[in-house]
Amino acid sequence: MHRFANPTRFMRLSAAVLPWLGWLTAFLLASGLVLALFVAPPDYQQGESVRIMFVHVPSAWMALFVYAVVALSSAAALIWRHPLADLAAREAAPIGAAFTFICLASGSLWGEPMWGTWWVWDARLTSVLVLFFLYLGYLALVGAFDDQTRGARAGAILALVGAVNLPIIKFSVDWWNTLHQPASVFRLGGPTIALSMFLPLLVMAVAFTALFFTLWLIRIRTAILARRIAALRLAAIEPDRFDATQGGVAESAS
Amino acid sequence: MRALLGYLAMGGYAAFVWPAYAVATLVLAGLFWQSRHAYHRRQRELERLQQGRTRRGSTA
Repeated sequence: MHRFANPTRFMRLSAAVLPWLGWLTAFLLASGLVLALFVAPPDYQQGESVRIMFVHVPSAWMALFVYAVVALSSAAALIWRHPLADLAAREAAPIGAAFTFICLASGSLWGEPMWGTWWVWDARLTSVLVLFFLYLGYLALVGAFDDQTRGARAGAILALVGAVNLPIIKFSVDWWNTLHQPASVFRLGGPTIALSMFLPLLVMAVAFTALFFTLWLIRIRTAILARRIAALRLAAIEPDRFDATQGGVAESAS
Repeated sequence: MRALLGYLAMGGYAAFVWPAYAVATLVLAGLFWQSRHAYHRRQRELERLQQGRTRRGSTA
């Protein structure tokens, strides 16, 4: 991993990967939407409302996955003090917050016709709402420091502590009574969902994952450019202390 | 036409299905647009700064 964690090498590699990843994402999203909206059959109990699942479930998976990415990047940042790990955690968080919001909104829109309520304060819904606030709290904390390194360290600790919430979300439907249905894909004994619905779900999930990586790479690249700009500005003020021709302060420190 | 309207009605669940897809589309497209826009702005800023440096360097 350390080989890819050099900012200059990261910029070169991500520039080569991004166009392909972008088109792959577009293709997957288009196929996923066609499968979800036209090919998948209506449910025998839920009718056409089941199509909300193809947005709701993949965004819920992404909400958890991206938080795990933030927590692991934070751990890497705390252990190895690598500046790119801080950026990786910080730039993943807004994407995770977006997926969590979509999960909550689409879940509410699904709950009203199927359960007869937009919201219940049960364990599953509440723990996902807590996840959303963890994302927002993390972003607010990281942005609250003038010193970026200190902000990143405080955020990393919050992200790691908040990771306790991930197993709580996953097992909340087994541990407590809830309106929410238990797992039907990631369970012992295999999925209980019909293939005609599982396939669109899978394509949408892969599409959302590809979209996450596309957005993540763009955002990390932006953050690296911002560091170079800051280094050049600093070098313009104090030309003797900083040699910006070497790629800037942030990079020579790595 | 009737087939299209029938499809859009989503078996009576149109008021729930379409907003769910609309929220997802708006949030993700907005995030993509914002990320792309921020990237290009930084890129232009960096190019301008680097040009300024080389100009100063050549006259010195």
